[in-house]
Amino acid sequence: MSELTGRTAEELGAAIAAGETSAVEVTRAHLDRIDAVDPAVHAFLHVAGESAVAQAAEVDRRIAAGEKLGPLAGVPVAVKDVVVTQDMPTTAGSKILEHWLPPYDATLVRRLREAGLVVLGKTNMDEFAMGSSTEYSAYGPTRNPWDTGRIPGGSGGGSAAAVAAREAPLAIGTDTGGSIRQPGAVTGTVGAKPTYGGVSRYGLIAFSSSLDQAGPVTRTVTDAALLHEVIGGHDRCDSTSIDAPVPPVVEAARRGLTGDLTGVKVGVVREFAAAQGAEPGVVAAFEAGVQTLTKLGAEVVEVSCPHFEYALPAYYLIAPSECSSNLARFDGVRYGLRVGDDGSRALEEVMSLTRDRGFGPEVKRRVILGTYALSAGYYDAFYGQAQKVRTLVTRDFTAAFEQVDVLAAPTTPFVAFPFGSRTADPTQMYLADLYTIPSNLYGGPAISVPCGLSEGLPVGLQIMAPTMADDRMYRVAAALESTQSPRLADQTPEVTA
Amino acid sequence: MAAISREEVAHLAHLARLAVTEDELDTFAGQLDQIVSSVARIGEVAADDIPPTSHAVPLTNVMRADEPRPGLSREAALAGAPAVENDRFRVPQILSEEA
Repeated sequence: MSELTGRTAEELGAAIAAGETSAVEVTRAHLDRIDAVDPAVHAFLHVAGESAVAQAAEVDRRIAAGEKLGPLAGVPVAVKDVVVTQDMPTTAGSKILEHWLPPYDATLVRRLREAGLVVLGKTNMDEFAMGSSTEYSAYGPTRNPWDTGRIPGGSGGGSAAAVAAREAPLAIGTDTGGSIRQPGAVTGTVGAKPTYGGVSRYGLIAFSSSLDQAGPVTRTVTDAALLHEVIGGHDRCDSTSIDAPVPPVVEAARRGLTGDLTGVKVGVVREFAAAQGAEPGVVAAFEAGVQTLTKLGAEVVEVSCPHFEYALPAYYLIAPSECSSNLARFDGVRYGLRVGDDGSRALEEVMSLTRDRGFGPEVKRRVILGTYALSAGYYDAFYGQAQKVRTLVTRDFTAAFEQVDVLAAPTTPFVAFPFGSRTADPTQMYLADLYTIPSNLYGGPAISVPCGLSEGLPVGLQIMAPTMADDRMYRVAAALESTQSPRLADQTPEVTA
Repeated sequence: MAAISREEVAHLAHLARLAVTEDELDTFAGQLDQIVSSVARIGEVAADDIPPTSHAVPLTNVMRADEPRPGLSREAALAGAPAVENDRFRVPQILSEEA
């Protein structure tokens, strides 16, 4: 393994800028690493290969020409396959989009390219980002580099595993109910969900539009902040994007690395501590993490968020409802698969056959569930009530942030579980999102940072912050990271094919 | 009593244009009944006087200047289509013979 793949994105960017190495050399090192370990990990659905090297050569040329590029210029990045890329197939983990080549780049991809980052390829995910394990990818699961018999989290398990296995120093994920943070937690990496509207969703294949948010997946908090800064900010192509400057996330991460949290008030959510089902080892690692925050000077208090326990059921009505509407676009007319068009069948029948063949089981379950929750007679009791619960969850956050600066909780109730252990009962899989969903309903930012091991597997600690106060979570997460030497993300066991 | 019946799942699948098989119906009916039963507890929350939230960021009618800018070419827009004829998306017949 090249020494280059062990470095942080920040270090690689600095070395490239200083001429100590080149974007091409760094890109080749990561492509070699992918060749070596991806047969065992399966983090990638598409590897750009020589076209990534060509992109890197172009970045080297731009740097040599004196063009002013950002601190991550020349650094490779892997992109979750739900984000459209003009020069690479985009499937969202679904057979319905197999071999589809999008006609444009997502805004965040355009921003990556403009800042000189090199897109290495597209990462595996649960189909249309619905799942917590990548077991619902139509292209087979990704394996957790810590234990290849276990799930890497989901839906963005490919991005997290790629970063953990040092196939990429940076990756992009999307988080609708925890799909950046939970994979981060179970692979020992950092995953940040920015404030809703903080990163453009133009070019993200929509799952649940009122919740979807793209963000960074990295091995260090500073790298996450640097990547956040590249992709964040207003976009005229996304009417939900917030027209305000990106919060000072990089500065906050650097401040956090000094290890001083004096004056910061951290709230531990009482209802989560009492929640059934969290593994004892996860609770122990979380509590040790909170102890560390106290040692760094933070004041830790318990706060009550009484409606958080209803966030999970509310989410599993809101998200399926929105997905049943969003996924109506996959009708076999304008892109993707078409089944049964033999001249004898009418459009509706072809559409129904196409969707049944093209969608996997979890997508079908959610489309049917959403159709149910939105139908006359059930609307008020399900979708309508879920939206009211969303208001109450938001009020819990607002009240909590009058008392504390950030909230802390475990990221997910359990460590990486073995393949197949939660697919028979969908409600068991949904529990993975228990602690991450409230921030999606509220819209505030949240980050998962490694806080220890349980049964030899990584545990994540989640920091939640108020809307547009993303900087706060980076500061606290970086402070926690500063106490770890070496960092957990640098302790991923060597994967053997 | 089941919260959601097999017949109801079949009807919903039809509404969602999913030609599910009999086997899928058997599987989904049981699983959806289980899911609906577990999410139904949101009904416990007293929320009669609570306004709904549809979106985390309160926004209405976001406007921008009506300035023309380049869009997708016809070729690019049609490039991913399953069937194309005369520079258009080709679709199966929309009305059946009997209609």
